[in-house]
Amino acid sequence: MTLAGFTAIRPFRAPWHVRVGWLALFIYLAYATSHLELTWPRFLQGIGNGATFIGRMLPPNFERWELLLKGMAESLEMAIVASFLGIVLSLPLSVLAARNLMPAVVTWPVRMLIMLCRSFHPVIVAIIFVKAVGFGALAGIAALTVASVGFLGKLFTEAIEEISLKQIEAVRATGASFMNTIVFGVIPQVMFRFIGFSAYETDANLRNSTMVGIVGAGGIGGTLFAAFQRFDYDFVFAILLAIIALIMVGEVLQIQIKRVFKQ
Amino acid sequence: MSAVHPATLREWHRFTPAERLARYAVYFFLVAAVVISAESIEIIPEFLYDAPEQFADMFHRMWPVAWGFYPEGVHEVLIETLDIAALSTVFGLLMGIPVGFLAARNAVPVPFLNYLARFILVSTRSVSTLLWALFFVAVFGPGALAGTCAIAFHSIGFIGKLFSEAVEDANKGPIEALTAAGASPMSLILYGYWPQVKPTFWAIALFRWDINVRESAVLGFVGAGGIGMALDTAINLFQWDRVATILVTVFVVVIIAEVVVTQIRKRII
Repeated sequence: MTLAGFTAIRPFRAPWHVRVGWLALFIYLAYATSHLELTWPRFLQGIGNGATFIGRMLPPNFERWELLLKGMAESLEMAIVASFLGIVLSLPLSVLAARNLMPAVVTWPVRMLIMLCRSFHPVIVAIIFVKAVGFGALAGIAALTVASVGFLGKLFTEAIEEISLKQIEAVRATGASFMNTIVFGVIPQVMFRFIGFSAYETDANLRNSTMVGIVGAGGIGGTLFAAFQRFDYDFVFAILLAIIALIMVGEVLQIQIKRVFKQ
Repeated sequence: MSAVHPATLREWHRFTPAERLARYAVYFFLVAAVVISAESIEIIPEFLYDAPEQFADMFHRMWPVAWGFYPEGVHEVLIETLDIAALSTVFGLLMGIPVGFLAARNAVPVPFLNYLARFILVSTRSVSTLLWALFFVAVFGPGALAGTCAIAFHSIGFIGKLFSEAVEDANKGPIEALTAAGASPMSLILYGYWPQVKPTFWAIALFRWDINVRESAVLGFVGAGGIGMALDTAINLFQWDRVATILVTVFVVVIIAEVVVTQIRKRII
């Protein structure tokens, strides 16, 4: 015997507009998928191509290790210099952009500048700089610096806006100058978070410094792109392994540095 | 004269000597890294002095912006860019969430699987979008499919890392209660972990979509579809007014994406 007359009641049923939203999302995704021309034969051919590709990548070829080392060193140097410049530029900018320290007349233009730096991908910025200052590491450093200012400027500003104003008031009450207020009222409160953000951004710059070379802005990316176009896939694999190793070392260092500064 | 207790003579320090030594070591290491890098990097000074002039020339050529180019050459690739961003986020979530779950030490108490998942997360993240795009262009041929796969694979690391941290932060109480009631592993995930990590999941999805909109704009430089193709062509042909049109379009789209994400976050999280 079935329980006639009883229907299951779902107490947490989604309201109609949420369901319409889901439906719209699914229709959009289906429509977007149809644009991709993902057909079965193409997929099978892709698997075949991928297998050939990976076959030619193995074993990695470290014969031209001098070229590899030179490119990696340049990437690393670019990342370090760009992170340094980015941090140095972001510190004053974030103080100027913090709404709890500055009037709106000052914060708005600075916030716009930071947003402009953040809205373009480093590679697009790198292309512009390659056209402006020529091929090489300089364009890469400039592009990564712009990206760092966009990212660090935003995070530093948010960190400063979240501080407690009581300490600022206390420092001001002693008759401290503006710079003293910053140094003794603001910086101690945000120091640890700043170190975390800076470490993260250095890590991001390291990743991006291996990429901007593809558009001619220096670093290992150029070497990699050249090897790719000459179908030296075994050298490409060697470069990829080197990049992954470098980034893993960077991640470990980042964790260690954060540990040292944890109070 | 009464003798002073030796303990009161000791000066107070905020850090132990080992901590101070570690800090100085880090400072030294950082300063040395910056100095060595700045010294050894090859910069051609002439290029640097020339830069302001070159920039002025470039912006001069960009003006006036060729708005008429938008309907004929930008709109279609822009839609393709947005499609790539949305689909790659979905595929990235489909691949990243399981790997992220395997990387969480409390949910999957098998060290081997944890390390394997962590390795996948770090290595997919280390290979940047453009490098993935090069690979997938070789596999699937030029076009949006290669771009979608590239961003999806690059997203695995980011999504998985944040998701595994959310799972590791999950409260043990409900999990233990379910285990005590004899719940199956699937029920543990669905009723123990999922309700706790759901807000983080949506935050990750939105944040990653926002990033992917930016990322998908550069895929075109290696032939993987999207608005980057139009940008690359315009730059190679020195059509700076068209370059300006595309840059303005990218800027507007990125701003809109950021506003959308902020609004949705406010509503659902």
